[in-house]
Amino acid sequence: MNDTLLELGFWQLLSAYLFIVVLLVIVKVRKISRSKEIFIATLRMTLQLLLVGYVLMYLFEHPHPLFTVVVVLLMLTFSIWNIYKRISRDLNRKMKQIIAVSIACGTLSSLLYFNFIVIQFSPWYEPRYFIPIAGMIIGNSMTGVTLGVQTLVEGMTEQRTRVEAALMLGASPKEASRKIVNQAFDTAILPTINSMVGTGIVFLPGMMTGQILAGVNPLTAIEYQIAVLLGIVGAVSLTVILFVQNGYKVFFNEKSQLIEWE
Amino acid sequence: MFTLKDATYKDILSIRKLTFSDKEVTSIIGESGTGKSTLLKMLNNLISPTGGSIFYNGTNLTEIDPIALRREVVMLSQTPVLFGKTVRENLEAGLHFAEKPAIADEKLTEALHYLYLDKDLDEKAEKLSGGEQQRLALARILLMKPSVSLLDEPTSALDEELEQGVMARFIEQARAIGAVVIFVTHSKAIAETYSDRMIDLTPFSYKGGHQDE
Repeated sequence: MNDTLLELGFWQLLSAYLFIVVLLVIVKVRKISRSKEIFIATLRMTLQLLLVGYVLMYLFEHPHPLFTVVVVLLMLTFSIWNIYKRISRDLNRKMKQIIAVSIACGTLSSLLYFNFIVIQFSPWYEPRYFIPIAGMIIGNSMTGVTLGVQTLVEGMTEQRTRVEAALMLGASPKEASRKIVNQAFDTAILPTINSMVGTGIVFLPGMMTGQILAGVNPLTAIEYQIAVLLGIVGAVSLTVILFVQNGYKVFFNEKSQLIEWE
Repeated sequence: MFTLKDATYKDILSIRKLTFSDKEVTSIIGESGTGKSTLLKMLNNLISPTGGSIFYNGTNLTEIDPIALRREVVMLSQTPVLFGKTVRENLEAGLHFAEKPAIADEKLTEALHYLYLDKDLDEKAEKLSGGEQQRLALARILLMKPSVSLLDEPTSALDEELEQGVMARFIEQARAIGAVVIFVTHSKAIAETYSDRMIDLTPFSYKGGHQDE
């Protein structure tokens, strides 16, 4: 059996775009006005991945600590910016700061632990390991925090009367918002937990699939997958707990009063 | 007890001088939108006056820890709010929030019964009617034994007979422990019967139809 990955030829890759054509035909026939978004999404996906491919190729051929650090910082910046954009409500300055700090502290500490204690590759900046692992950890934390922010802001707005009623009875802001904070944490980590439950039965995670396709022994691929999933769980929990533990405070002033939001 | 000096709140209220004295039951009346809830919230330090000052026993509210104040000067929200699933959890919520020691089940049942509500402590609180939830919320405050109770329309969901009974008992209990009750009501009859003093907020409120509720 041949262990190396088959390279896709130009026409083979092009034929994969038939899937998009099928989708476009369906939305056209069903008169769902999504063709523009599908077209843009496909184009973006293609261009972004091509670009990333070239960048990664360059990075892998010229490993340098500075390059690795810059790439990780760019990922962080992009993920934070992406969270701001995906929340439909206006976030104030304080909230944005808390989001940025939670993402940065949560992901970086998990990443360093994961790289230096769990995987232990060398040199430490080896982009072939560092960058994809950082991508998975930061990407998943981003999704988690986005869900956390949404649930927290919604909860604090919709359950305002409840929070206020608790304050009236002498509750601390922390106690008054405990239920909402817990809901936000729960909502944020649920997708990660679910992905652990479904893994291997419902779907094969992308990372493992990639490794198996590339000829890696499935057992090795699984070991990596387990480690990465655990790393992701850790990073998501850490970023989300950092966020919710500090995020609720934005809704109160120094007199423990509920601030008018929006 | 409370003294307001030139206290204003946005374009809702403007009170040059108003005093609430000890051991008196005060009712606050006035048309809708005159800032009755706003006034209670200011006394509870849930909101701060936008101008002027409020003093509690001679100390400016700005110098009192707001949480400590609210544990002494407890407020009942206009719409009853449920905390937790069962009747028991709901009764204990106030003590829990104020970090006061828990109370035995018999005392909880007793407080409910006192306000004409006979429910099992394990019953689901959300199954209770609006009027029953209102009494549950009142019983929650009764158990906290606060020095001051600020009640915002405490009996609005009760029929007249029950309204009289509940109000009478709540006030009786407060007087027994030397506590102060300040309540907002739409019912002039209730205000006249149960308070030592009636304050009509209409002259203190800005005209212009700003809604407070």
